[in-house]
Amino acid sequence: MILTTIVLIVLTLATLAVGCARPAPSPTPAPTVTATVTATVTATPAPKPQTLTVYSGRAEGLVKPIIDQFIKSTGINVQVRYAGTSELAATILEEGKNSPADVFFAQDPGGIGAVEALLARLPDSILSQVEPGFRPDNGKWVGISGRARVLAYNTQKLKEADLPDDIFGLTDVKWKGRLGWAPTNASFQAMVTAMRKLWGQDKTRQWLAGIKANNPKDYANNTAQVNAAGAGEIDVAMPNHYYLYGIMQEKGESFPVRNYHPRAGGPGAVILVAGAGILDTAKNKEAAQKFLEFMLSPVAQQYFAGQTFEYPVIKGIKTHRLLTPLADIKSPGISMTDMADLKGTLNLLRETGIVP
Amino acid sequence: MAIGIAKLATARIGGRGRAGYARPPAALWLAAALVAVAVLLPLAYLVLRASGAGTELWGLLFRSRTLAILGRTVLLVIAVTGISLAISLPVAWLTQRTDLPLRRMWSILTALPLVIPSYVVGFVIVAALGPRGILQQALAGPFGVERLPEIYGFPGALLAVTLVAYPYILLPLQSAIRGLDPRLEEVARSLGHGRWDTFRRVVLPQLRPAMAAGALLVALYTLRDFGAVSLLRYETFTWAIYLQYQTSFDRVLAAGLSLVLVVMAIAILFLEFRTRGKAQYHRAAASVSRSPSYVRLGGWRWPALAFCGLVVLLALVMPVSVLGYWLARGFSGGETLWLTSSYALNSAYVSGLAAAATGIGAIAIAILDVRYPSLFSRLLERITYIGFALPGIVIALALVFFGANYATLTYQTLVMLVFAYAVLFLPQAVAAIRSSLLQVSPRLEEAARSLGRTPLQALMAITLPLVRPGILAGAGLVFLTTMKELPATLLLSPIGFKTLATSIWAATSEGSFARAAFPAVVLILLSSVPMAILTIRGKRQSDE
Repeated sequence: MILTTIVLIVLTLATLAVGCARPAPSPTPAPTVTATVTATVTATPAPKPQTLTVYSGRAEGLVKPIIDQFIKSTGINVQVRYAGTSELAATILEEGKNSPADVFFAQDPGGIGAVEALLARLPDSILSQVEPGFRPDNGKWVGISGRARVLAYNTQKLKEADLPDDIFGLTDVKWKGRLGWAPTNASFQAMVTAMRKLWGQDKTRQWLAGIKANNPKDYANNTAQVNAAGAGEIDVAMPNHYYLYGIMQEKGESFPVRNYHPRAGGPGAVILVAGAGILDTAKNKEAAQKFLEFMLSPVAQQYFAGQTFEYPVIKGIKTHRLLTPLADIKSPGISMTDMADLKGTLNLLRETGIVP
Repeated sequence: MAIGIAKLATARIGGRGRAGYARPPAALWLAAALVAVAVLLPLAYLVLRASGAGTELWGLLFRSRTLAILGRTVLLVIAVTGISLAISLPVAWLTQRTDLPLRRMWSILTALPLVIPSYVVGFVIVAALGPRGILQQALAGPFGVERLPEIYGFPGALLAVTLVAYPYILLPLQSAIRGLDPRLEEVARSLGHGRWDTFRRVVLPQLRPAMAAGALLVALYTLRDFGAVSLLRYETFTWAIYLQYQTSFDRVLAAGLSLVLVVMAIAILFLEFRTRGKAQYHRAAASVSRSPSYVRLGGWRWPALAFCGLVVLLALVMPVSVLGYWLARGFSGGETLWLTSSYALNSAYVSGLAAAATGIGAIAIAILDVRYPSLFSRLLERITYIGFALPGIVIALALVFFGANYATLTYQTLVMLVFAYAVLFLPQAVAAIRSSLLQVSPRLEEAARSLGRTPLQALMAITLPLVRPGILAGAGLVFLTTMKELPATLLLSPIGFKTLATSIWAATSEGSFARAAFPAVVLILLSSVPMAILTIRGKRQSDE
């Protein structure tokens, strides 16, 4: 009975807190609860107005170290919400002008492109640091790091010479049952967008139909694809370049998969970017600009090149020794603005029955 | 004949008794209205978003491919619900009413899979049973097995969703069996009915509400599961909705598709509602209950043990040992498997709050529905289920929209997060409390009223203590599912608020199973404690 009473008291208090707070937020219960939790969660004190708020679609393990360095070197406090890029993009769209975010750090160009209307144009001082291919013409965001589309092949079954000059060659019937892809992955779809720009709609449809006829194995993500290539489940995967190096770090360099950048270039060799932008409604614009400047500084660019195996977007940074130098990849020059038409790509993928 | 007796007996013991209860206390109404608003928010959001859609939405909805996805979703819902019933009924009966060796252990172990997140089960099944998975590697050496039957698609999705969902039927069924009045069976037996006949004609009808309530949760859960179906690549409606967000950031089409899901949920709710009869299931008082006689299994104990063993092997041993394997590989690979204890504390803390808040709302809804039946209270009880059938991302975005624009002070605070959990998980608590309430006779409250108590006083003094097992079970379920909830936690939590579930997500999104395994194991261990307490408590009460 005592137990029930206690339970009931707790229950009542909790409902009061929840109930009152929604339509007409009662100041008393809410802040108490929040304060307790902030104290248990983070060592940082309760958020001050100076705190920069970042929505990051990039994984915490990859970007937290460099954000920590930013905090250390500038003294600006940063709080980060980590979630999937598309979920965060949808969140920013729903929040509209009330978004608490200052900076959106996205994993792929599609994600940040989706919220372009809510972003502020970046100052030229930031834009000019980045090579033109790595930012959209409207100056709403900049690429922070680059990633190459590759064919990842099993080295026990294939030699690099066996692979076609151009990704279109994979539609040949000899690849039947040997391919894997991740058609719901954002980078894959960005590559299809590049195909539509470079090849046109018809040839892209032909490619999709040709690959589909070769019975590729669908994977939920790139890590799964590359692992499957390593296990010999498939001979060739179509991921971004850096997944391989992440796996090699865990399993060693004997992992029997290598990357191939199609030697004739084309959409199969396209370079994509992970970009960041500042929201038009940001309350800390100045700190947000400092944040982007820092991410484009040699320190941060070297970090991305060395730790996450990505390509730097500014000049004068060395890429990782395992990576094919950017200059050796015949990447098609395609503007980030052209990469924005996700809808057309999704429609094509639906039409061909590749995504539901 | 026997069912006639059972009905007569319940009628005699329970009576009709709704006199004097025409008007529920105002506090109940207030709480229930609040809950109704909460549950309707996501629906309002969906209608608002989808109203922006033009012909494109209709085009998308009436493609043959959409119909195929619809068909696949319905197939999965039926199969998962059917198999979950086929697992739960024998397991519940064996662990509650027979002399099965180690009954108590089995009853805890078979319920435990509820605490394992479906995305973890998805990863585990791919790793264990997928091509070149652990099982195939193990069989390749001695038997030269090159290929296992394809796990991706329907078989894998069926397996994964069933393994996480069947406890939704098992748990209410276990407590319903405990709450049975053995005298009804004794009457039937004394009138010459055999064991099987008694079971079929006396026991089974009494278990029907629990089975229906559980099956409803399983069916709706199957509609909204994302983790397992996406990892096992079986295209359901929920996956199609996620794809809208993921690939084209199209909130309008996603909302349109979600509304179709709502229609499916309403159809299922209607079906379940029709199975509810007008029969009453309560007896005079809890105090006259006594232990039922346990069925001696004799030689049947071996197949019974094998059955329970198989369920536990697939649903619990397999996931836990794969996680253990990843963990061991991570340790030997020298990975730092750190985990701040605050993650576990945060998980437990926020889940506790969610359980408490949801429990209160559910009590109000359940009492209104059972004690003050009206069209409105029925409707209210039904609509609480809609949130449970929608993908987490949809609920989360609905509350992002309302929170950021109309409740800015609470946006991205714990209040908002707990509110989201309540919207998502309310029906679990409603179902548990409702079944418990059905077994309590209104006569007792009437007695209290006749002694001068107000309806609210009678409620507090009589009803709530008697439905305590239901309240605890309901709140416990909410606690356990909140522990593993992901989309709402990621988007609505206070910024920087990390839980066990978010750290599993963070690790898998970086492709590291080793680092995901540690929080996953902690999550399972931590959830096992309340789970075991729930199971054992229920047991004690029935043994008292």
